[in-house]
Parts: sequence; C-alpha cells; structure tokens
Amino acid sequence: MSEFTADDFMTVAASRALRDGVTLFVGIGLPSTAANLARRTHAPNLVLIYESGCIGSKPSTLPLSIGDGELAVTADSVVSVPEIFNYWLQPGRIEVGFLGAAQIDRYANINTTVIGGDYDKPRVRLPGAGGAPEIASLCGEVIVVVRQSPRTFREKVDFVTSVGYGDGPGARERLGLSGRGPVKVITDLGVLEPDPQTCELTMTTLHEGVELEQAKEATGWDLKVAESIERTPPPTAEELSALRDLLDTQKARAA
Amino acid sequence: MAEIVSLREAVASVVNDGDSVAFEGFTHLIPFAAAHEVIRQRRRDLTVIRLTPDVIFDQLIGAGCVRKLVFSWGGNPGVGSLHRFRDAVENDWPAPLELEEHSHAGMANRFAAGAANLPFAVLRGYVGTDLPGRTASIESITCPFTGERLTAVSALNPDVGVIHAQRADREGNVQLWGIVGVQKETVLASRRSLVTVEEIVDELEPLPGAIVLPHWVVTCVSEAPRGAHPSYAQGYYDRDNDAYRAWDPIARDRERFGQWLEEEIYAAQGAGA
Repeated sequence: MSEFTADDFMTVAASRALRDGVTLFVGIGLPSTAANLARRTHAPNLVLIYESGCIGSKPSTLPLSIGDGELAVTADSVVSVPEIFNYWLQPGRIEVGFLGAAQIDRYANINTTVIGGDYDKPRVRLPGAGGAPEIASLCGEVIVVVRQSPRTFREKVDFVTSVGYGDGPGARERLGLSGRGPVKVITDLGVLEPDPQTCELTMTTLHEGVELEQAKEATGWDLKVAESIERTPPPTAEELSALRDLLDTQKARAA
Repeated sequence: MAEIVSLREAVASVVNDGDSVAFEGFTHLIPFAAAHEVIRQRRRDLTVIRLTPDVIFDQLIGAGCVRKLVFSWGGNPGVGSLHRFRDAVENDWPAPLELEEHSHAGMANRFAAGAANLPFAVLRGYVGTDLPGRTASIESITCPFTGERLTAVSALNPDVGVIHAQRADREGNVQLWGIVGVQKETVLASRRSLVTVEEIVDELEPLPGAIVLPHWVVTCVSEAPRGAHPSYAQGYYDRDNDAYRAWDPIARDRERFGQWLEEEIYAAQGAGA
C-alpha cells in the first residue's frame, strides 16, 4: 500500500488543495479524479459542479465522462447547459475552477487546442476549449493539474485557449476578467504559484523525493524558485487506499 | 404537427445534402441511430454542429459526410482523441474539414439566441484567448447602457436539429429528462427537427423536471430503441463506457474504421428502419 506513482502523488496533492465545502467547477480527467478523492477523504462537503449541468453531484463511482448518469442521479440539481454557464458560472458563483492543460506557459496561460504547425494544419489537433476559457476567467480562482515536462511547460503556448495571467501583471484587470486566475499549478513534481508581483509561476513546493533539478529540467523556461521551498508530504496510507478504491469503482463499472 | 415515421423515412425527408445539421445531446441522449442512418443514406457536404463532437461525429466525419464542423470540444470523453476528426484536420482524410470553433458557453448561447430569434447572444467569454482571431462568429461588443465591453456570438439556426429523447406519445409530443444539455434550444432554433425516441407510448406520464416539446414544434418523430447507444438514456440504459474505450483502436486505423463502416452501418438495417 505504501507504493505509489508520480501521478498518484499529483492526484493526492491536488485533492489536498481543495478546502471542504468549496463550490468547484470540475474539468474532465485528473481534476475529476482529484475532486472525487477529496470528497472521499478530507472534504466530504465539496460541491462538485460539472459542465453537463450537474450541481452538487455525489457520485459513488468515478465517472468516465463529465455527463455520466451517476452524476445526474446523485446531483442536488440538474440544469441545462446554457443555464450552467449563464446563471451559475458567469456571475462568479463558483469559487474554484479545476482544469487540466496540454501546454502551459510561465503566466499560466493554457493551450488545449493545437500543437505545432499552424491552426489550419496543426501537427496535433487537440480537443479544444470546452468549458475551460470561461471557467478560467469567471471562477473565483483556478487550480491547474498537469504533468510537468518540457513538452507541456512551454516558453510560449502554441494557442491561448484559456487565459491565466496573459502577458503579466495587470493583464487580467485590463481584459476585465472577474476571477483571480490560477492560484496553484499542481504537477507530478510539485506545486507552482504565481509570484505576487510579477505573476510568473514560481516553484514553491516539491513533492517528497523530487529534486529541484528535475523540476528545472521539466520546465521549458528558466524556472523561478521560491527562496524557501516546501515539501509535500507523501500520500498517506488512507489517501492511497481511498484513491485505489475510487479507481476500482471505474474498473468495476467497465467490467 | 409532428409526423411519426420510420427513421429511414425521417432522414430521407428532413436531411438533404449540403444542409447544416445539429445533433445535440450532452453526453446523455446522443442521437447515434439517426447519425448512422445519415451515413447509411450517404449524405454529403453537411455542416455538422455539436458542442462535443464525440464518437458520433468521428463516425460522420470518417464516413465522408461532413464538409464543415461547428463545435467546442472534440475528444472521446475520458478516453482520448477522436482519431477520425484528427485525421481529417491533420491530413485532410477522407476530405478537408473546415472548422468553426467555440467554447461551450459560446455554443450554448448561440443555440439559445437561435431559439429566441435573435441575431446574436451576449456573454462574458473568450476575452484574451486566441479563439476570436480564428472564428468569425465571435466579436467584441459595447453595452449600450453601461459601455462595458462584452462578447457577441452569432445565433445558430441549423436547417435541421436532431435529438434523441426517452419517449413520445402518438401525437408526437416528446418528453426527455436527466441531463438535457441544449436539446430544447436546438429543436427551437432549427428550421426542421427530427426526434428519435426510446419508445412511443399512449400517454406521457408527467415527470418532475422533465422537458416536454409539444408536437407542433417537431417535424418528425421516429422510434429508435437504444438509439442513443453507446451514450445513454436515463431510465432505459447506462452509458456503455466499454464501447467508448473500444472505439479508440477502431478509429485509430483507417482500414479498421472502413471495416466497421461496412459491417455496422452499410450492411445493417439500423434501428426502426
């Protein structure tokens, strides 16, 4: 039970970042796993909100999509897609947005659209925006969960799908974005937070067992590092057991 | 007044080559059977519209039915890429694919504006992203009352709106519940509509929170049991997550996809034929 992967560490670290009782707009994939783990451990009153219109879902199994039936039948309320964006996200009612990324830059701008080539003939066509641009601009704050590698952490993203801090200090205010923006980027190596003055992502925490050099090598720009770096304690036996149980619920449904 | 006809007749009468066709259903109630009938009838040059293209559009694109895609998130949820969609964008196979790309909030508002007979919708969205530079149907607008800068997106009024619902009665009144996505807006925004249903019943039992679309806003209703599979119909069957996973290796390979098309679509009769 004490064995775990870097991805497990990332998922557990992301789940710990969620305070109990918070309203959370949940993206697909890693964010959804971390949010459901948090609900099963330290944050049983987390309010999970999915772009399919499910508000306050309490799934007993880990959903594969953001619109699995389990999310609807366990929700406090199910609303239409225009309503979830216009009445719930747009007014800033949702405290935290939880997003993934294919590429991210030093100002936490996110690309999930295209990689390489040009827009019309990209090397890799990614899924695109989904709910992310408005989640990134309108939630009270944003947490990003993404594996750290030179392919992902780019000096410049190939396409700005969702805005972090734009071109630096003051950009969000100039653009009129109401939410505070990304407050944490949680990776398989540690946690980055925006510098209060420059908005540049700064490595503030390394997961237990990770060397600073690894984080620098995994970053496509000259990584800024906090003066005193903290350490994420490794996943506890309880956290790992809850994570295994959660992942098993998806396998059990698939079987 | 809705006509109740077979799915084959319905597609033949409402979907023409060159039409713009929205197939809605957000993860739930995705109208797969109707799309398969469109492929079987070999419609061409369609503009297909959907927030989440999903496996249903991977199939239409791979089969060569589509000229243009209007969308906001093109992945296989929880699984990965839509390989036929990617092959079309990256390699022009089987044909070049024109894109009109939005966010979910923008697409949802475009359908709502279309349903309300307005030329555009207003939202707080897209600002600072690269999307407005790529998509002509996104523009900045100034509020005439406060002077605030907001975003306008043009309305969607497809030639045809296709949805799947749980049931209809014999007059063609349609009832759906669970995750309802933008299905109501899609039917009301479209010039013609086709609704496939799990079953046609004598009387619609009222259900709290269910949407009823009266027969006089629907063009055709067709019975297509399991017509949303591998997505799901709440109260009838669950999402077939295994089938979504199994699609990945089929769609990855042009030959395997071609074989799937021959065996599962062209050689098959289809639901409610």
